[in-house]
Amino acid sequence: MIEAENVHFSYPNKVEALKGVSITIKDGEFVAIMGQNGAGKSTFVKHFNGLLKPTSGTIRSDGVETTKSSVASLARNVGFVFQNPDHQLFSETVEDEIAFALKNFGFEADVIEKRVTWALNLLSLTQYRKTSPFLLSGGERKRVALASVLAWDPKTLILDEPTIGQDHEQKEKLRQFIMQMQTQGKTVVIVTHDVEFVAESNPRVVLMKEGKIVADGIGKEILTNPAILELSSIVLPQIAQVFMKLKSLGFPKNIIDIYEAKEIILKTLESKTGK
Amino acid sequence: MAIIETKDLTYTYPGASKPSILDVSIKIEKGEFVLITGPSGCGKTTLCRCFNGLVPHFYQGELKGEISVASIDTLKHHTYEMAKHVGLVFQNPENQLFALSVEKDVAFGLENVGVPREEIRKKVDWALNLTGIYDLRERSPHEISGGQQQRVAIASVLAMEPEIIVLDEPTSFLDPLSAEKIFEVIYDLNKKQGITVILVEHRLDLTAKYTNHLIVMDQGKVRLEGNPREILSSEETRLIGVGIPKATLLYQMLKKDGLNLNNSTPLSSEELAAQLLEALKSR
Repeated sequence: MIEAENVHFSYPNKVEALKGVSITIKDGEFVAIMGQNGAGKSTFVKHFNGLLKPTSGTIRSDGVETTKSSVASLARNVGFVFQNPDHQLFSETVEDEIAFALKNFGFEADVIEKRVTWALNLLSLTQYRKTSPFLLSGGERKRVALASVLAWDPKTLILDEPTIGQDHEQKEKLRQFIMQMQTQGKTVVIVTHDVEFVAESNPRVVLMKEGKIVADGIGKEILTNPAILELSSIVLPQIAQVFMKLKSLGFPKNIIDIYEAKEIILKTLESKTGK
Repeated sequence: MAIIETKDLTYTYPGASKPSILDVSIKIEKGEFVLITGPSGCGKTTLCRCFNGLVPHFYQGELKGEISVASIDTLKHHTYEMAKHVGLVFQNPENQLFALSVEKDVAFGLENVGVPREEIRKKVDWALNLTGIYDLRERSPHEISGGQQQRVAIASVLAMEPEIIVLDEPTSFLDPLSAEKIFEVIYDLNKKQGITVILVEHRLDLTAKYTNHLIVMDQGKVRLEGNPREILSSEETRLIGVGIPKATLLYQMLKKDGLNLNNSTPLSSEELAAQLLEALKSR
């Protein structure tokens, strides 16, 4: 469980990035934090594993205040994957990269071997096992960064813009993976701009603007509310855009799922023809 | 004559065991808005690096086949000579920015080709305004956000007013509304000034509506090329793993279930909504 209470944070240059943020994220929740560039999303989630400490207010991870704990001990529970993989990768080979944290946490060699193989397979990286991460494409490096965190199996996973540079298939895998994490009771927090990804995965949606939370609720409500979205520089998912334009004909407006969309359109057309 | 033409272009990075692009033969006409897509690692970025000669002059390795860009054989001319003709915006903006301030970064290319000072001022301000970063002009490019850095990288390229702009996932760090604004700016330059645009993107939901020439790559090869409406309706495109826009998908699903919509595959929510309204009225 992550509890933030009235968190304020200012960078050394006095820029106040967080202006009183409070939220409770329960175990097993899947949360998408959205909002415009510079809204404070990344700054906020960096508090969850103690990378940043609040200027005032408190953050508790499983009841422990992050100011009273080290990043190293928090990291075991809260894994963080950065927006830009180049801020994270440094090893000679993909395999070493993934094994690094496991070694640091003191896992046995045979466990490390198993976990590395598992993570490589999960993220379709097996063929690059012995390759330097820096020879891989942007999307592939992003997956290496993710694999290296997944390998130590943290209880809470924070993914900062996980879908950037990922193709359709990888996004679908990521989505299924998040679902799988959830069935294991793990908490997943993503920071993302990817409205289509969010529309398909249906997490709790938290919108931030200028260092504050401006909306918190289910995707179907928030992602179909143009006034709130515009405030946060987000566009409607494409299905919601279609329904927005059909609104005058009496179609419901809060539709983001493509299958639901199909049913509603077919039903409406049938009733119009008097069947 | 095509502004970019490649013939059996094959390239292997130094030390790599297989080519990153294989037998690529494409023709891009002046003024086209080309969208290149395909699974990650399929060779999109490598192909873009060929367009301004970074491949092979910077990356070395082995390039076979023919390539001409703005009537220049990039194999025989250096990247700096190409810079006047082709502007490249990289996937990761940090790789591109280096100056002490945003405006110096944007001015750098112009200074290099000897544009008079007054002119530089004008062009830099124009590019900064267009990309919405005029207020950041005195900041260091390294203390602004990833999304802002992407705008700086785009502004630096626009300021040069090249004939061809190549953008490799240029808005991936931007929020959707900012991304849309940038795409609109690029589309506008394409329409009004006839600048040839080559855009690499996975997110066709955002970009399919701009293109008139779609290229789908897979495993180093060009698998499909041509009219986006046809390509996005093809089964093969889906099998390669291209993310079809939701509006296009919904159209296909409705048609399959017997709904009588017209035969022009929509590429955006506007187009699909218009078709549905038409279908409803005709009843």
